[in-house]
Amino acid sequence: MFSRISWQSLFSLLIFGFMYLPILVLGVYSVNQSPNSAQWSGFTLDWYIKFFNDSRILSALSDSLTVAFCAVGISAVVGTLMAVGLARYQFPGKNLYQGTAYLPMIIPDIAIAVATLVFLAVIAVPLSLWTIVAAHGVFCLSYVAFVVSTRLVNLNPHLEEAALDLGATPYQALVRVLLPELMPAIVSGCLLAFVLSMDDFLISSFTAGGGATTLPIEIFSRIRTSVRPDINALSIVLMLVSGGAAVLAEVIRDRSEKKRFR
Amino acid sequence: MPCSYENSRLLGILFYAHPSPDLRQLFFKIPHFSSLLPPPLPFIPHLASVSKAAPVEPKAAPFAKLLEPLLLLAPAGVWLALLLVIPTLLIFELSLVPDIKPGDVVNPSGLDNYWLILQPDVLRVIGRSLFFAAGTTALCLLMGFPVAYWVAIMAAKRWRNLLLLGFILPLWTSSLLRSYAWISILRPTGVLNTLLASLGLPPSDLLYRASAVFIGMTYSLLPYMVLILYASLEKLDRRLLEAAADLGASPRQAFWQVTVPQTLPGIAAGTILVFITGLGDFVNPELLGGNANRTAARLIYNQFLGATPNWGFGSALSMMLVLVVSVAIALLIKYGDQNPKSS
Repeated sequence: MFSRISWQSLFSLLIFGFMYLPILVLGVYSVNQSPNSAQWSGFTLDWYIKFFNDSRILSALSDSLTVAFCAVGISAVVGTLMAVGLARYQFPGKNLYQGTAYLPMIIPDIAIAVATLVFLAVIAVPLSLWTIVAAHGVFCLSYVAFVVSTRLVNLNPHLEEAALDLGATPYQALVRVLLPELMPAIVSGCLLAFVLSMDDFLISSFTAGGGATTLPIEIFSRIRTSVRPDINALSIVLMLVSGGAAVLAEVIRDRSEKKRFR
Repeated sequence: MPCSYENSRLLGILFYAHPSPDLRQLFFKIPHFSSLLPPPLPFIPHLASVSKAAPVEPKAAPFAKLLEPLLLLAPAGVWLALLLVIPTLLIFELSLVPDIKPGDVVNPSGLDNYWLILQPDVLRVIGRSLFFAAGTTALCLLMGFPVAYWVAIMAAKRWRNLLLLGFILPLWTSSLLRSYAWISILRPTGVLNTLLASLGLPPSDLLYRASAVFIGMTYSLLPYMVLILYASLEKLDRRLLEAAADLGASPRQAFWQVTVPQTLPGIAAGTILVFITGLGDFVNPELLGGNANRTAARLIYNQFLGATPNWGFGSALSMMLVLVVSVAIALLIKYGDQNPKSS
């Protein structure tokens, strides 16, 4: 068994290589002196310096962060409330409500993007950073609510009842009993929504108008025209940031799991 | 940034198959694979009851009988109604108005926009989208199954979570930048051709062709396929394989007659989800395919943000896309898990 190597493991190794090849290429290019060719011509950090001094990239980054923080902040509250409400009540039209709430996870972005654009045009709201926030809020809401609801399903329903029986007000029961239980799910839902918001190109470009430029819009307009080494540096920085966020999320989740099952 | 949004309808699956014990247990507890999916679209009413979360019995507080549900559900309801439901209805209305431009009065008058879809040019674009989506699905299945099989069945147990995590990790990069990385690999003076030249081989010309789109889309969607297949393969009862071997089946027979039928729901789910995600993909065909490989998403984009906008036609196309995706999801919910095994 151990002596021979199966073709599956070799094939998997190959696919692993395929998955990491682009990242490796970006990493090597980002410290390559030569701007245009694939030839290695010496180590440099110039592209990183150039990237951190690029005011257009930085302002796009700040627009993206504003959108993501606002959209995620709003949907964290609204989405959690919705997930709790959906788990708790039966009412006519619940299936319709629930189906609509998770719709943004199914239908293609382009369909959502054009619908939002048409709606904003009809009600004559000028496009700005805040229309992006509103549009991103929709899908962020879905993801936060979805992740929270997966947690709600295997939660002990008697905890809250016990709190109420012991004299807590419904508000206290929600904030002191339910919320701490849901917190890991809320955090990971928010991280997911944040990441999706930072990465969204289509919906942003339909709802941005002239004034606002998010990072994906800026990146798209640059890489469409040419290959640019400062984009390599940007990729690596973004990758480290989101990798850090992933690790952070995992640590938070892991820690709270351990607390829960002790 | 992590998982791109266009891949995100698969994220529900990703979450259930997430390599952490509690989420995975949840995954196995759910008898129907279909409940892993986001709930079906609301305009398929008979399917709407499929995804029922276990309801927590309401503990009626004496005073807040109506106030509490309203507080919980109204904010999201208003937001969704304003920015999702009404816009979608508007798109449907617009799709019935021929030749509308921004600012015109909306006056629904027929299906002309839908007939426009039957023009040969448009059909060619739609056919190309279907071709890319179907080809990508096939590639993902071919490449993903051996990997999922290896991780789920052959690799040492303690390495499994780490291996899976390693496989998902590249998704934590921006979808645009992933395509960009492939541009720098595939372009005429890129990594691939430099490598080929140093080996003395003739240069390849892949960028801005269908093959580049396939590479980019397969790269983006493969991890999801692997995750879904892994989740299915891990549930596989090994004793069946042993029994097959004891009864004299060759490994090949055991694979085709035990493993594949047992994992069919997973294969169906992976196939359909990768297909619909590929169908709506904008970034990969746009950046890697160039002008000759425009897909349906780009065509819709042009009707709104292009040089000669036609909102009515764009809306009709968008409705068609939503329709195809909903039919695929409905098929999956109906046939994805015919016989859930209760152990």
